[in-house]
Amino acid sequence: MENIIPYIALTCVGLGALLIIIGVIGLVRLPDVYSRIHASGVVDTGGAALILFGLCLYSGWNLVTVKLIVIGVFLFFTSPISGHAIAQVAHSQKIDFQGADETKTKTDNGGDA
Amino acid sequence: MTVLLVSMAALGVAVLIALLRVVLGPTAFDRVLAVNSIGTIVIIGIALHGFVMERPEFVDIAILYAILNFIGTFAVLKLFSTGRLS
Repeated sequence: MENIIPYIALTCVGLGALLIIIGVIGLVRLPDVYSRIHASGVVDTGGAALILFGLCLYSGWNLVTVKLIVIGVFLFFTSPISGHAIAQVAHSQKIDFQGADETKTKTDNGGDA
Repeated sequence: MTVLLVSMAALGVAVLIALLRVVLGPTAFDRVLAVNSIGTIVIIGIALHGFVMERPEFVDIAILYAILNFIGTFAVLKLFSTGRLS
């Protein structure tokens, strides 16, 4: 039964890397700042949490596991705060929502579908 | 072990794709967001590198990078919102 734990750990690490690739592709392809924050959240919580959990399982139970848990808890609390702060400052500096005004989007941004 | 190496290669590709957003980004907030994501990916990459090299002490450096990433993002955002850092 102990032999299955490294395979679970490596599966978690691979899934986390896949989630990070998906989130970064979303960071490039989504239209405006506010939706890119959503894609960045996939990287910061999904990918990071899965990879750190996989590494915790891979290393066994020692001091390294505690440090990995510290990194995970820190990222889990600070990345939503960063996203919220970016959204708040962008909104206070009058950055527009894409698609909030249909006619403006169609006229100003015509070829950029 | 091969999975860890492939995951590190995938993280390198992810950093390059996020750099595309840093270069292209129309507003400064896109660039701050992309740099924040690159920082997170680098933290994970340092932790993975420690396990690939079988020296997990690199995790300490990853903790330091996590704190620096958070503080750096907030410093840039405070500079944008108030115009000064003090």
